[in-house]
Order: sequence, then C-alpha cells, then structure tokens
Amino acid sequence: MTALRAPPEARAADAGSPEPVLSLRKLAVEFATQGRSFRAVDGVTLDVFRGRTVALVGESGSGKSVTIQSIMRLLKSPARIAGGEILFRGRDGRRRDLAQLDERDMRTIRGNEIGLIFQEPMTSLNPLLKVGAQIAQAIRLHRPVSAREADAEAVTLLRQVEIAEAAARATEYPHQLSGGMRQRVMIAMALACSPVLLLADEPTTALDVTVQAQILRLLRTLQEQLGMGVLFVTHNLGVVAEIADRVEVMYGGQIIESAPVDGLFDRPVHPYTRALLASLPDADAPHVPRRRLAVVPGQVVDPRHVPPGCRFEPRCNFAIGECRTPPPVAQAAESHEVRCLRWSVL
Amino acid sequence: MSEALLEVSGLSVHFAARQAWFRTASPPVRAVQDVSFSVAPREIVGLVGESGSGKSTLARAILRLIAATSGSVRFEGVDLLGLEGRALKNVRRGMQVIFQDPYASLNPRMTAGQNIAEGLLLQGQSARLIPGAVADLLHQVGLPRDAANRHPHEFSGGQRQRIGIARALAVQPRLIIADEPVSALDMSIQAQVLNLLLDTQEQRGLALLFIGHDLSVIRHFCDRVMVLYLGRIVESGPTEEVFANPRHPYTRALIDAAPVSHPARRRARGALAGDPPSPITIASGCAFRSRCAHALDNCRAQVPALRHVGLQHLSACIRDEF
Repeated sequence: MTALRAPPEARAADAGSPEPVLSLRKLAVEFATQGRSFRAVDGVTLDVFRGRTVALVGESGSGKSVTIQSIMRLLKSPARIAGGEILFRGRDGRRRDLAQLDERDMRTIRGNEIGLIFQEPMTSLNPLLKVGAQIAQAIRLHRPVSAREADAEAVTLLRQVEIAEAAARATEYPHQLSGGMRQRVMIAMALACSPVLLLADEPTTALDVTVQAQILRLLRTLQEQLGMGVLFVTHNLGVVAEIADRVEVMYGGQIIESAPVDGLFDRPVHPYTRALLASLPDADAPHVPRRRLAVVPGQVVDPRHVPPGCRFEPRCNFAIGECRTPPPVAQAAESHEVRCLRWSVL
Repeated sequence: MSEALLEVSGLSVHFAARQAWFRTASPPVRAVQDVSFSVAPREIVGLVGESGSGKSTLARAILRLIAATSGSVRFEGVDLLGLEGRALKNVRRGMQVIFQDPYASLNPRMTAGQNIAEGLLLQGQSARLIPGAVADLLHQVGLPRDAANRHPHEFSGGQRQRIGIARALAVQPRLIIADEPVSALDMSIQAQVLNLLLDTQEQRGLALLFIGHDLSVIRHFCDRVMVLYLGRIVESGPTEEVFANPRHPYTRALIDAAPVSHPARRRARGALAGDPPSPITIASGCAFRSRCAHALDNCRAQVPALRHVGLQHLSACIRDEF
C-alpha cells in the first residue's frame, strides 16, 4: 500500500499545529457583464484544519460552488476574485495566497496538494481513456515515477477506494462503470498525490442513497488515513449531519452562520438556519399523517439582486427596520458565529 | 376491491434490448415486473426506489405514456390498456402527472396562463370563462394573478412547479401522479410545494401516487408506501409500520442508508455493498440476493412472492426472521 499515505512531513507539521490548511479571508467574487456587476461571494471567511471536514451548505445562488471554484482558481470570465485572501498552507508548511498565484504556480498545487471532486464524475473523466490510465496520468503529472510504477499505483488506489477487482476495472472505460464506481475513480484520482486539502462539490448529489452512504463512509475512512482537510459543499443538511465537523451556512453570497456541527443542529441561531432545519421532514419524529411542514416563505435570494441589508431580511419573520442595514457578525456561543442583528432576542 | 380508484394488477413493462446485427436476440429489459397495487380515493401512496428500480417506468405505463407488456390498469373500473383514441383521452383526464422538472413539461413559448388554459380548452371550457378559471388556479397554487402573462423561464424552479400543479388541477383530476415533484427544488422551497400538494389533496379530495427516492419526504407525506427493487414491489404497507418495522432486507438497507437528521445519530453502520444492478441482467430468484447480507441458497430458487407479514403489510422475502 504505497499510494495512499499522509506524507511524513505533513503529519509532523500537523501534530500540535493549530494552523489551518486553508483560510479564506473576506473572499469576494464578482461577476461583471455589460457594465452591471454583482458579488456571488461577498466577504467569506472560514478555516479548514487537517483531519477535519467543513461543510459549506447553501441553496442555489448561495455562492458555495463559486467559493470552491475560486479556491482552485477555476473561475471563468465574467467571474473574478474581487478581493480577499485564499491562504493555503502546503506540504512544506509555507503559507501562500492562492488569489495572488499565477496559472503556472497554481498547476503545481491543483490536483497535487489540493484535490477536487465534483457532482458528476462523467464530465471530468476522459471518456476515451481507460480509468487506470487516467489515474496514472494524474500521478505522473506531479510526480517523477515511471509509467509502469504509475500504472501499479493506479490499481492500488482503485483498491483503496474499495473497487472490487481493481486490476480488471483499471482497464475499463468510464462508461462501463456505474455512477458510484465512477465517483470512486474520481476520488482515487483526486487522492493520487496525497493532497493535504480535498474540495468536494456535491459529490453524492447525483447518487442513490445506498451509494451515497458508501461514498460518505469511504471519504471519512480516507480522511482518517490521510489526515487531509476537507471542504465539502452540499445543499443537503442530512449529508451535513453525516459528515461535517464544522458547518458554514451560506445565503446570498455570505456566511450567515458558522458553528460546530452539534451546535448548529442543537441550537441554530440564525432565523434562516432555524427555518430551514424546521422545514425538513424529521425521520426520527413520530409520524403524523398529513402534517404540514414548517415553511420558509418566499423565494431564494437572487445573487444579482440582493437586498441592501441582511440578505435574508425579505423572507425573515423576525425582520425589523434595522435589518435593512448590513448586520454585524456576532458571537452566539464558543466558536459559533451568526450574522444577525436580532439573534439574541429571538 | 370495487372502491379502488386506481387498480394495477400484474403489470409488466419489458423493453426490447438494443440489438446488434451480428448478435442473436438478447432477452428484453424487464423494467417493471408483475406489479399489483391499488390506490383508494383520497389516499396518498408512496413509491420508493433507487435509479433503475422502474418507478418512473411504472408511472408512465399507468398513464399509458408507454405501452405495458401485460397486466391491467383500471381507473375508476375501466381498463386503460384496452382503450384507444377518444375513450382513452376521457379516462386519462381523471389522472394527471407532475414531473420532477416542470420546465421540461411546460411549453416555453406559451405563457403560464396559456399553459394552464390548455387543459381547460381540451375540456371544452368556453373561452370566455378561461381567464377567470386560470386566475382561480393561480391563486390556489399561491401565484399572483399577473403570473399568467409571464413565460416559464421567468419563474424560479419552485414557481414553475406551482404552474405544473395548476395545470394538472385544471382538468379536475381524481388522481395525481407526482414523479419526484420536489427533488429538483431548493430545500427551503420543498416544504412549500409539499404543503401545497397536501392542501390541494385535501381541498379537492384527490388521491396521490407520490414517487420519490427521499425516504424522509415519503415517510412524512404518505399513508402507505411501496418499495420497488428492479421492477418488483419487495415490500408494501402502512408508512409508519414499514418504517418502524421494515421486513425486507432491502427496505432496511434503504432506511439505514438515508442521511441522519442530527449528527448525534450518526451510526457506524455497515452500508449496503454494491450498486443497484441493472435491469438488463437480473439474477434468478430474489433480485436482491446479490447485495443481501442474509441471502441463503434457497434465495436463488425462485422469485419470492409478496406475503402478508402484518394486516396490510407485505414483504417479498423468504426469511421470516426479519
């Protein structure tokens, strides 16, 4: 088992080090078209530590996927980083601001020190290349190993993402594999160079529940083995409850609540988080036929037309006049922050 | 069961497998196999299954959007599968369908109002009354009156689903088949649409066949639930009983795999291994046995029949101890 291991220097650096592997500081992403511009991500600050999973949860237009793309520097025009820092602490322990790196430097990090997995593996796998060869390619892109060694490592990696008959599967094409198997291949590829940070953008959304459970479990196991930090984007609060250590709730381009996972589910503070949790059918509550669900009124905010103050104000049952100016971030409990003026009186 | 609104019996849908000219005929894809169930007036019945389970094929066969291979579909006592032309149209008006993606089922060139009015026109409603009727329907589904003049692309996903519901209601159906109606919606919008479906169901005394893969939604919503695996019902019964006391190993695995509602309930479970197999190559005997931790040699002998394990609770597993 040579393929998947945390590099020794990473372990050493990690031991007793409270420094995050990734720190976003007031990250802003702007979309500009024909003289009009809007911020899809507006002042996002968060930390991801080694061996920990941070869930970035939000609805469509919340800015969660754009945040991931900007960390990887994969934003395409008309989107651009308009401000803030993306501080990444690599294997060598050096901290760099990815927002300032040029494409050449980014290439040494992307797919090497930072891995990425998406919702739909079919769009990121090459349909014309056998999956083993694709993984080997990813290995050789960043590491000086022979083709034969890379091929052997690819099979080991497939085994480690729990693909049965790995050697035989390595010689198949993506279309010959099931959706769950393709997602495993993509995970194997993302982990080929033992990244210190894994970015996961809705990796289980397109999968059946039984396969989703397998993939979530696999990600947890691999994280324990590798000690990497994981930033996991999802819209599903059940998945958050399954996988996160910490949760960042996004709405309209901002983080509106940030807490340890237990704290968020036990004592959600922001009216949006509270309404959202209340609106979910609770599988553990007694079954009451035809009971109506609690509802978050109105429509999801359109990032192109955000209200001037609190982004949730137009839908909030507790909004007052002052909510039309931007609310400050308040400390609701230990390491539990909320962007709401009225959290303490609700 | 004369009181059933919809009665499906022995329904099978087979598709011819793709033929290659140099190959001899391959066996057909058995998408739906020998499915029987009924829906009573005002009842909400859930149909759960993973991809490839045949749940959408079953819905389409009931609506006769695709041809069934055998079996019967009786709606208010009339067998749909033998009908053609006008007679079929008349019966089919009693059941309407709502799809996961309303965008694909609304005509993008027509306004929301025109989309809704189509059903009214087909019903022979006089043109003079249509604007009023459309306004009533929009109001019922919680959309403003001026929505009638806008096109589908001007609405959000949740609003489009409301238009889809309004259009379904326009022809006064007794049964609505909802195929994953909230799966594509944002989570804060799902509850709105589910509540709207419940309200309409109650006000109009509708029956609902609710197809989905999200167990928490199904459990919340349905009176009765049926679990489909590779085209066959493997378990069915009153919702609460099936969830509290699942008898088929597959149902149990599905419930175990569903994400928890609180991090404290995370469990170190043994996730069900393997992928749902393809309906092209269904093994002999119990189709689930390849993934089942409790399979015996006997499980390959024959397809297990649905047996009563409770008053209205059926399970297709030969083992009793589950």
